[in-house]
Amino acid sequence: MKKLLEVNNLSISFHTYGGEVQAVRDVNFDLHEGETLAIVGESGSGKSVTVQSIMRLLSMPPGEFKSGSILMNGEDIVHKTEKEMENIRGQEMGMIFQDPMTSLNPTMKVGRQITEGLIKHQNMSKEEAKERGLELLRLVGIPNPERRINQYPHEYSGGMRQRAVIAIALSCDPKILIADEPTTALDVTIQAQILELLRDIQSKRKTGIVLITHDLGVVANAADRVAVMYGGKIVETGTVDEIFYQPKHPYTWGLLGSMPKVDDAKGDLQSIPGSPPDLKDPPKGCPFAARCPHAMKVCDQHMPDYIESSSTQKTACWLLDERAPKVAPPENIFAGGDK
Amino acid sequence: MENSKEKILQIKDLKKHFSIDRKTVLKAVDGITFDIHKGETFGLVGESGCGKSTAGRTILGLYEATEGEVIFKDKSVHDKKSKKDLKQLNQNMQMIFQDPYASLNPRMTVLDIISEGLDIHGLVKDKTERVNRVNELLEIVGLNREHRNRYPHEFSGGQRQRIGIARALAVNPEFIVADEPISALDVSIQAQVVNLLKELQEERNLTYLFIAHDLSMVRHISDRVGVMYLGNMAEIATSEALYEDPLHPYTQILLSAVPVPDPELERTRQRIEVKGELPSPIDPPSGCVFRTRCPFATDICSEEKPAFKERKPGHFVACHMHDDRYKDKFTQN
Repeated sequence: MKKLLEVNNLSISFHTYGGEVQAVRDVNFDLHEGETLAIVGESGSGKSVTVQSIMRLLSMPPGEFKSGSILMNGEDIVHKTEKEMENIRGQEMGMIFQDPMTSLNPTMKVGRQITEGLIKHQNMSKEEAKERGLELLRLVGIPNPERRINQYPHEYSGGMRQRAVIAIALSCDPKILIADEPTTALDVTIQAQILELLRDIQSKRKTGIVLITHDLGVVANAADRVAVMYGGKIVETGTVDEIFYQPKHPYTWGLLGSMPKVDDAKGDLQSIPGSPPDLKDPPKGCPFAARCPHAMKVCDQHMPDYIESSSTQKTACWLLDERAPKVAPPENIFAGGDK
Repeated sequence: MENSKEKILQIKDLKKHFSIDRKTVLKAVDGITFDIHKGETFGLVGESGCGKSTAGRTILGLYEATEGEVIFKDKSVHDKKSKKDLKQLNQNMQMIFQDPYASLNPRMTVLDIISEGLDIHGLVKDKTERVNRVNELLEIVGLNREHRNRYPHEFSGGQRQRIGIARALAVNPEFIVADEPISALDVSIQAQVVNLLKELQEERNLTYLFIAHDLSMVRHISDRVGVMYLGNMAEIATSEALYEDPLHPYTQILLSAVPVPDPELERTRQRIEVKGELPSPIDPPSGCVFRTRCPFATDICSEEKPAFKERKPGHFVACHMHDDRYKDKFTQN
């Protein structure tokens, strides 16, 4: 399958009054045609900054590209001008944001918001763009598009608004779709519909999707591959099955353990004590060491290298070093048991 | 909880309507009836706009009830009462809010936030006792006593929610309404707060009304769960019965929509599709409020509002499908 996106050694910092916040540190991943890559992690782990930098949506300053490259179809987009980026955004990649109310313009009819990009990027006439707009509204499952296209966002329900946002993101047929918590603000029944819609579009158009979420249920439902971020770094990456059934990193164990299970007794949830590191002064070694129940001396001092346990799974943890003691993951982290 | 079925709260046909203008009324809560037992956690779930938060607030007396009554330990919450009685009631019923950012006054120190209730109810005699009590509360919720002189902005979301819990506990309540207490928090922090709430319940024999839309967390923490839809109670059962054997079609749809953190299961699972959009609570459908979206609805559902009845021991449901009189109308079941 064709590689759409390749992120190499990406590091991004923000300059604030309190000092330099190293939000993303040395992140690597790629995205292929027709696959969904989920990036999971807590707030402040750098997942949103990572995808916003792919879209080049971060204001620089205060942000700064410290190092690394973002290759799209083999071309580095880190140093493209704003003009060049305008052609890439929308055309090559679309973005769906978390909150559909704030990502739509309340003073503009939904129809105009959808056709805006078509007229600009694809040189369509107003009429052609409107035709296409109706098609898109139909595609995302908005009933009665002829009426809906002339309405304002406040006349839409929450789920409808997110569908409209998806329609805008899809309008110029992008190869890459970046979805930052697309269902977090929605109810579960609507969430199921939106996830189904994304899957449907993906199979029709071979779109590559980067999905950011903190809901492991959504990950299990939608992702092909998963990257787990913590403290600005990707600590583990693998296929969805590897991450859920053979997780190797203690942070991944902790995440899986803090989800309530289908068949669990009323015992305590496994929580991760403590809170995430301060990225103004990130730890020298593994960012998770301070909260890790298995931390060793070396973890505080040196960041572990990625160790491959399969061709797809990579984990940055000293426990996988051959000199480390063997630690088995806690048993209660596996979802559903053998049901 | 099975053996100690002392009712701490009885909610009887509670209604809360809001007037939008002279002609239109929004029926946020439209006649719900249930009991909450001492020492249990009663989970209240439903999608946004179903009236679960309004129900919680009306039960506490934060809203006047339009109709019906709430009885807390033999006393009606909404009846006119003397200031002294009202104070006592408020002391016994406390609330933990959803947004730990908006529910703490940014201009007050943690000490003042937590001790506000202590001052109002005259529970401490002097300054030293006040500080000692706050220190004690901070430690109970897993914070540091030195934190008392700080302001809310100096804390993370999880820590703020702990301050909110300490504030609710300060006046030694028996009953706490927790309105989405964890939905603004990260997964690993959610687990910390849920574990804390459970520990406190065991130590102090607290009763919780836990309002949430996250069904898997509600299942984990609750003894019994009620499912609301458009201002009405659709189903109430023990959390096991509700999740293993949901009777109401809406509960079935809701449960089938929750993605589970298990990729294998997700690939094979069949979802029940829900059709249409949520109707407006200003103009709810006739008969059963869920009929416009229900895959099983027949003519009787639009003609008669289903009664909320106990169909299995301890398992209440408002649906004609489980009414013997209408058995022949629902063939596929």
